[in-house]
Amino acid sequence: MRPQGAEPHPHPSYLQHHFDNREQQASAAKLGMWVFLATEILMFSGLFLGYFIIRMFYPEMVLGAHEHLSKTAGGINTVVLITSSFTMALGVRAAQTNNRKQCVWMLALTILCAGIFMVVKYFEYSSKFHHGMLPGRFYHAYDFGYDLPKYAHVFFGIYFTMTGLHGVHVLVGMGVLTWVLIRAKRGEFSAEYYTPVENVGLYWHLVDLVWIFLFPLLYLVK
Amino acid sequence: MSTSTTMDPHQTGASSESHGHGREPSYLVAKPGLWSWLATVDHKRLGIMYLVLTLLFFLVGGVAALAVRTELLTPEGDFLTAINYNKMFTLHGAVMVFLVIIPMVPAAFGNFFLPIMLGAKDVAFPRLNLMSFWIYVLGACFFLYTIFAGGLDTGWTFYTPYSTTTGTAVISAVAGAFILGFSSILTGLNFIVTVHKMRAPGLTWNRMPLFIWALYATAVVQVLATPVLAITLLLLAIERTLNIGIFDPKMGGDPVLFQHFFWFYSHPAVYIMILPGFGITSELIAVHSKKHIFGYKAIALSSVSIAIIGFLVWGHHLFVSGQSELAGVLFSFITFAVAVPTAIKVFSWTATLYKGAIDFTTPMLYGLMFIFTFTIGGLTGIFLGALSIDVHLHDTYFVVAHFHYVMMGGGIIAAIGALHHWWAKMFGRMYNERAGQIGALLVFVGFNMTFFNQFVLGQQGMPRRYYTYVEQFHDQHVLSTWGSYVLGAGLVWTAMYLIASLFKGKAAPANPWGGASLEWITQSPPIEHNFHETPVVTADPYNFPEIDRSGTGRHHEH
Repeated sequence: MRPQGAEPHPHPSYLQHHFDNREQQASAAKLGMWVFLATEILMFSGLFLGYFIIRMFYPEMVLGAHEHLSKTAGGINTVVLITSSFTMALGVRAAQTNNRKQCVWMLALTILCAGIFMVVKYFEYSSKFHHGMLPGRFYHAYDFGYDLPKYAHVFFGIYFTMTGLHGVHVLVGMGVLTWVLIRAKRGEFSAEYYTPVENVGLYWHLVDLVWIFLFPLLYLVK
Repeated sequence: MSTSTTMDPHQTGASSESHGHGREPSYLVAKPGLWSWLATVDHKRLGIMYLVLTLLFFLVGGVAALAVRTELLTPEGDFLTAINYNKMFTLHGAVMVFLVIIPMVPAAFGNFFLPIMLGAKDVAFPRLNLMSFWIYVLGACFFLYTIFAGGLDTGWTFYTPYSTTTGTAVISAVAGAFILGFSSILTGLNFIVTVHKMRAPGLTWNRMPLFIWALYATAVVQVLATPVLAITLLLLAIERTLNIGIFDPKMGGDPVLFQHFFWFYSHPAVYIMILPGFGITSELIAVHSKKHIFGYKAIALSSVSIAIIGFLVWGHHLFVSGQSELAGVLFSFITFAVAVPTAIKVFSWTATLYKGAIDFTTPMLYGLMFIFTFTIGGLTGIFLGALSIDVHLHDTYFVVAHFHYVMMGGGIIAAIGALHHWWAKMFGRMYNERAGQIGALLVFVGFNMTFFNQFVLGQQGMPRRYYTYVEQFHDQHVLSTWGSYVLGAGLVWTAMYLIASLFKGKAAPANPWGGASLEWITQSPPIEHNFHETPVVTADPYNFPEIDRSGTGRHHEH
């Protein structure tokens, strides 16, 4: 039986008081992150369902409207995100092997890739705005000479909602990655304790995975 | 349960946990000052704060209900115009669903007792728990703002196209519900990880109290269903602001799609509302009849099956929406199926009571009340699950009676029972038992007086959400309204003697009821770290001494 009183006892600073040992803490944190990822999948699945229903109702409209999305921009973003997942994985590995410098570099590269993603997205969205391809009642692409199918505004509504929500997750990810990078620089992570790096990695891989599904469905389908 | 010889939960004297340790300050006073409460990571303090807020919103929702019922005393408009009547029942529904019933048992009783029943010091993520609480407060602020911004008149179900076109404060209400959803998700996530990773040595899955199984199944539903509500409400807000057209037929969308999205969450949500109540009832029935629960594994697994099957029945809210006949048949069939694990519980509780040493304490009265009123509610759900019958009963008072019998007669009754069962443990005081029994009687009589004849009203054709009605329904409405006053009086009475006990109640022993789960070996109220030493569990939590039927007064220990 372990005493649970308030007397000070030697334990690493990262071990929180309600856990018995670091394995329990790390294991709990990982399970918690996986459960959170399940909630994210369910949230995005509502939007994917909406997409499939629109495609079921208006197949030609979707195929016609999505031709106006930039496959180049989407393609660049796909490569950028996959690269960022790679750098993220390397960052986790570096933390696991006590390699502080490499961990910091990999996290920085991941954040940089995320930044490139958002910049490309900015240009994509600007182009849509400038051509009147806006969601719902703001849609006015015909003013710019685009003769799109009748319910194209619904497609752009779905497009902006899906990529917009994904973009929010990228931004939040950049914030969390920055915080983990600061902690890594301070030397808080080691082979005994790299849980935050691992868990932010899990989150980042999910953000990448959502994009892997978004890109073909929105940009590539024929 | 046997832990060691110094930790016998059947000692009803001084807390066995305090032997040799002196009386350490309880969690209530361990750290002083308002800030120590507002920034606490102690699951017990968070549980109490959730309890206070959910009960406060229960009062708000209850007052709205009394306003609705009072307006219905006569068929004419009395003090509420038609649109204000709509706002009033919307307020009642939205507050009760999102601020009271969904959070109450998990966030208040679950937070307080889940770690203790598992022999842990706290939940897996105490800081996340604190965040969950403040997210709840933020969501509640959005709801309060909605009231002051002119209210909401769509009903708590927000059906399109009305919700996308009405001028009332839809966005703030939807934002509030969205935010509250995150509080629910994070609480569920915390509980799942705590149950998996923080059980005391010897506490196997099959030695967990059934309340924990219930909270676990609830947490799975919270985590999987609530995100779908989040995206539904987001789409509704976007539809309202941007008119993307996903729910608007003029723009190529489908209003019934909203109903599918909405009920995909909201049907599992009703299982979030009731599963913890099932867990509580198992505790009340077993402890207050000093008899080992019958069918432990069946009850545990039935909670999990209800959680799973509950995801497959949402279409029974859409029988008359124009969905296909095939879909209707499938949803109807699966709706009948969910009754099976539910009935397993009712039969198990009844079998537990048989030859038990039943003590008609207030918690037992609420436990018995639950079995009675929930069964009525559940059976009438079967009526509604039958396609042909639902055509006549959809959107009538029959539906209103059904869900009040399960949500209030089930969920709230169980919560009040839990409050009494664990009052001594949470606050260290005993309430007056006679006052409790009177309160239970008033609540039981008032509840049935209010809602039973609503089944008849609905079957006779009275539509729901109407502030006026034909003269033939007048007497029944009067009966129902007077019933609501009796119910209100019973609840006020209950609040009064419970609050009085905080000042004048007898000091509570560690184990006033002779329970055998881990919370009964802690001090009443518990110390900040729950246990002086991590308990080691060697038996299940319903291991009561064998009931003495010899008439000689001697006890036979196992």
